[in-house]
Amino acid sequence: MDSPADPRSDLPHADPPSAQLAKTPTGIAGLDDLTLGGLPTGRPTLLCGAAGCGKTLFAMTFLVNGATRYAESGVFMSFEERAQDLGENVASLGYDLDALSGSGRLVIDHVRVERAEIHESGEYDLDGLFVRLGHAIDSVGARRVVIDTIEALFGGLSDTAALRAELRRLFGWLKDKGVTALITAERGDGQLTRYGIEEYVSDCVILLDNRVQEQVTTRRLRVVKYRGSSHGTNEYPFLIDDRGISVMPITSAGLGHGVSAEPVPTGVAGLDAMLGIGGYFRGSSVLISGLAGTGKSTFAAAFAAAACDRGERCLYFAFEESPDQVIRNMRSVGIDLGAHRASGTLRFEATRPSVYGFEMHLARMHRDIDMFEPRLLVVDPISAFRGPPTEIHATLIRLADLCKVRGITCLFTSLSGSGELMDESERSVSSLMDTWISLRDLEANGELNRVLYLLKSRGMKHSKQLREYRLTDHGIELTDVYVGPGGVLTGTARLVQEAREREEQVARQQATERRRRDVAARRRSVERQMAEMRAAIEAEEAEIAMLIEQEEAREKAYGAERSRMATERGT
Amino acid sequence: MTDADDQPRPAGHEDQKTHDDPAGRDSGGIEGFYNLRLYVAGQTPKSLAAIANLTRICEDHLAERYTVEVIDLLVKPQLAAGDQIVALPTLVRYLPPPLKRIIGNLSDTEKVLVGLDIRPKGLPNS
Repeated sequence: MDSPADPRSDLPHADPPSAQLAKTPTGIAGLDDLTLGGLPTGRPTLLCGAAGCGKTLFAMTFLVNGATRYAESGVFMSFEERAQDLGENVASLGYDLDALSGSGRLVIDHVRVERAEIHESGEYDLDGLFVRLGHAIDSVGARRVVIDTIEALFGGLSDTAALRAELRRLFGWLKDKGVTALITAERGDGQLTRYGIEEYVSDCVILLDNRVQEQVTTRRLRVVKYRGSSHGTNEYPFLIDDRGISVMPITSAGLGHGVSAEPVPTGVAGLDAMLGIGGYFRGSSVLISGLAGTGKSTFAAAFAAAACDRGERCLYFAFEESPDQVIRNMRSVGIDLGAHRASGTLRFEATRPSVYGFEMHLARMHRDIDMFEPRLLVVDPISAFRGPPTEIHATLIRLADLCKVRGITCLFTSLSGSGELMDESERSVSSLMDTWISLRDLEANGELNRVLYLLKSRGMKHSKQLREYRLTDHGIELTDVYVGPGGVLTGTARLVQEAREREEQVARQQATERRRRDVAARRRSVERQMAEMRAAIEAEEAEIAMLIEQEEAREKAYGAERSRMATERGT
Repeated sequence: MTDADDQPRPAGHEDQKTHDDPAGRDSGGIEGFYNLRLYVAGQTPKSLAAIANLTRICEDHLAERYTVEVIDLLVKPQLAAGDQIVALPTLVRYLPPPLKRIIGNLSDTEKVLVGLDIRPKGLPNS
């Protein structure tokens, strides 16, 4: 079917010889990206899937978007639902089919084929259908046509061979008309459609799927083939909610994204100081993990509030609490998120994790990110998601990547297990986090105290210290943790230790003072002794000097006596 | 023929009868009066065969108590949606009720007679 022979050779409308195939945008977010522009213009596309996949809604969206955004009117030929039912079914998406019909942009034709009402006698063809479709197309100048489950004809008419020939003729005729057609069909066993009409519509085939895994349903879309065009080949989750259909071509962005060295303050002064650069890197992924009640959400809220104070938009995905609850709780620690929400800088998206499958949540987040264009993203918490670890990991990588590409700083919180070792889910996401802050409870002396430390922070000289923090009524405060010979002390024990240290210091000071006084006293006593000894020696010296003087005097007297005697002898 | 796409049911066609008397129509449901419409698209072999077959069957079995209107959808395509026409040729029986549709070129006379309730299923051909 995918032979290189030119598949367009049988087209009556000569396409431009360029390699670029003309495309008709569906207006469905994501689908146009992964098909590089939309459905092939002027050709039929087959949309197949099991019951309840959203085929009809998908097809109707194609027409409504065509009418409202691309000024292309459309025809919806329904074999299953009446026009009124169709209108009611899509009203929840905000589609007003009556208004579109009234303004000549949409024609809905319900074809009812009741086997019980129809007898067959001799040969027939489907010219009636052609006439109806042709008339509807011509009446509004339609460029888009939807035929919703034409296979219903197989239930109403018995001549299958004639029917197949007529269907082949119908699709050729649609090409001749140059309309871009979307034909829906039920999924069959072992083949794409129950009656094998993929044989006749082979330009573009889109498969919708609705799988239940662990009791959670995820809708997926795959472009099975697209003749003459490249397209995304993976299965992509898609979403149907009050904002219509969105397909998420969440492709991994690889690692080619640009990086920023700009710091984004964490909203906690002490933490900024711990992270060498004064915050997280802009566009990085931050994980805050911890046990229940350690204040993960408070850190996230502080981060969001700081961003909003700077005027940066922040998108907050809450999976455990309602927005009002988050706002109320954060007010108790002095973080006012309510004002930021009111001003529009902060937006909450709150959902129960069990509402969708993991992929579907991601798809929704992707769409919300594209719509709100935040600078910061908070996901609180990622551990709320349920699914196989490999799938969670792959999807989180995609979320982190799509934020990185957009330069969005994202903060994830994660509830960790109680054990010392990180559990499976933490290990699997650690590789894609740039900064990982671990919050812990330290239990000692009958009380629990909170400490945090930076498990890692790529590209910055960060503190390796264990820090105690407290949730006060004016935010989060970091205090120095006492780390000494007795181990890590926190809370009351730290206070006691600090008091003890102060006492010891006073005692040491007093001891020093006492010794100084002792020394001074001794000095004084020594000096006194020295003075006495000096006085004694001086007295002795004086005595000796007097004796010498007397001796000398006696000597002199003796000498004089001797010389006088010699003279008298008369030598 | 007038535009009938807004009123495909028998009530809407009563004023369109052109070659029958009102008395016959009033008693149609009771006395087996047949109000038929044959949809075709152009002068195709199937169309012509259907018209010929229908005319023959009606003359043979419903002489004097039927009306037939042939509608060419190439001329009046807007009538196709109102009467829920999918296959062609289609013969629609408005009277007697209930509404009946027979598709095909009407070559199988037996099936046409059964389809129009002219002859109950299973009765021998007489």
